[in-house]
Amino acid sequence: MTLFRARQAMGRIVRGRALVAHDGFSARYDLDRIAGTFSRPSHKLVGQSYVGKILILDTAKGGVATAWMLHEMQSRGVVPLAIVLNSVNPILAQGAALGDVPLLAVFDEDITAAVPHDAEVEVNPMERTLTVLAGPAP
Amino acid sequence: MKLNDEEQDILAGKHGPVPEQALRHQIKVGDFFHAKDFVSVTQAHIMADTESLGEAGVQWLEGLAAGGKGQRRVRIPTITDPRGTDFAKAAFLGQTDAMLALERRTIAAFEALGVVMTNTCINYQTIQAPTRNEHVAFGDTGVVIYSNSICGALSNFEGGPSALSAGLTGRTPRYGFHLPENRRATLQVRVDFTPASLNDWGALGAVVGRTAANYWAVPVIEGIEGAPGSDQLKHFGAAMASFGSIALFHLVGQTPEATTLRDVAPAPLPSHRVTRDDIAALQRGYRKDDVVDVVVFSAPQLSLYELRDLAQLCDGRRFKVPMLAVTSPQVKPNADGAGYTAQIEAAGGTVLSGMCFYQSYAREIAEANGWRRLATNSAKLVNILGGYGYQPVLASMEACVDAAVSGRLAPS
Repeated sequence: MTLFRARQAMGRIVRGRALVAHDGFSARYDLDRIAGTFSRPSHKLVGQSYVGKILILDTAKGGVATAWMLHEMQSRGVVPLAIVLNSVNPILAQGAALGDVPLLAVFDEDITAAVPHDAEVEVNPMERTLTVLAGPAP
Repeated sequence: MKLNDEEQDILAGKHGPVPEQALRHQIKVGDFFHAKDFVSVTQAHIMADTESLGEAGVQWLEGLAAGGKGQRRVRIPTITDPRGTDFAKAAFLGQTDAMLALERRTIAAFEALGVVMTNTCINYQTIQAPTRNEHVAFGDTGVVIYSNSICGALSNFEGGPSALSAGLTGRTPRYGFHLPENRRATLQVRVDFTPASLNDWGALGAVVGRTAANYWAVPVIEGIEGAPGSDQLKHFGAAMASFGSIALFHLVGQTPEATTLRDVAPAPLPSHRVTRDDIAALQRGYRKDDVVDVVVFSAPQLSLYELRDLAQLCDGRRFKVPMLAVTSPQVKPNADGAGYTAQIEAAGGTVLSGMCFYQSYAREIAEANGWRRLATNSAKLVNILGGYGYQPVLASMEACVDAAVSGRLAPS
């Protein structure tokens, strides 16, 4: 097990598979929220489903709509299990607060390079930790 | 967070459940950012198009509006960003009755909460610009970056739920750009040219935004000559905020906090140079196809002077593809009175009011109308629409109007 400490944290403890990329995140700019996939052609996760995954990305991008959209996505169950970012803007935090999406941000290392894609991880906002429980599925 | 007596009363429910719920939301966000206390704010501006809210968001608003005992109306002037439609043009856009019903429920809920439906993202040009050192709670990233940078006001990006909460409590957590230490520059950008067209201003903002690429970054820019106007800085800031999540920039010798470089950068900073080639390359990067399905002027909403320029370009023309120009409800009557709307619509264009193109079910209206290849002079709009399935192109207002006539963008 490898453990990483975040400086900013919010929400519940969750466990799941990590969807990792060194790219940004905005619910409006990047997602097809009906299909539950990344839709922006230039996004490194384009075409992949984010539903039930722990998103590990670099930073929050422009736009304020995410503050509403995480709540709307949660209401339909088409939502990431948690979001983990190297750096966060207020919109992501406000959206996570309303939408009940666990959120970790700001680590000593580049978290997108430190966690393997598809690893099983635990997000623990109470302890401000991200733990890699197991490597990618075979 | 340290709470004063009034805040403790709100949290204890003494003012009713609505301000209590708002304050609890604000404390979650404030704790996340290690805010020590709250700061009073004088105005709030809420982004709340119904594509973003969905049924769940509208129900959440209606729950607040139902309110129960105690205070359920905003304490400070609280206004709205563009809604998701222009009701008079909804059929032309291909919007459904269900979309319009959701809009009407949202309006009713906001009005019950005392929010004024201004439906504008250019409130700093039309309603009331904030003043230097005024703490505000503004949504719409373009509004925030303009208010912080050009007006010298103090705001974070406040998403809809947080901006409404600020309206209901009259305060916001004191973190980010409410703190003087976070307003100093973190990177220096030297430009060797001054853009002329609005699309070039937007492209420059986009390049600076991509370079900074972080909400906490504050670019200080040198090399701009003359005195850029409000519309130029509007496109510059909106694009920077969109491409980089930037909330504050300084222009040396122009913006209020940067009379000199040393005012905002007492020590040397990482330095970058942006050339005319950089902004040309950004615009070329969007040019995949010369065929155009629709031309859109929006994001931000057009000022009266932008509509004037557009109307002059439309005079005597006849459009082959739809051309949409989107403005605020405050500007539209003046545009009507001055004859600009008639000039644009005589050419086959459509002037819409109170909405913004990307906030109006952009994916669904594209499918309803067969719109994919879109030409615009808004760098912010090209950045957003890729995720909605469009193939957007950034070009000058003149080139976009020509494209509306011929159905093709001329080689650049």
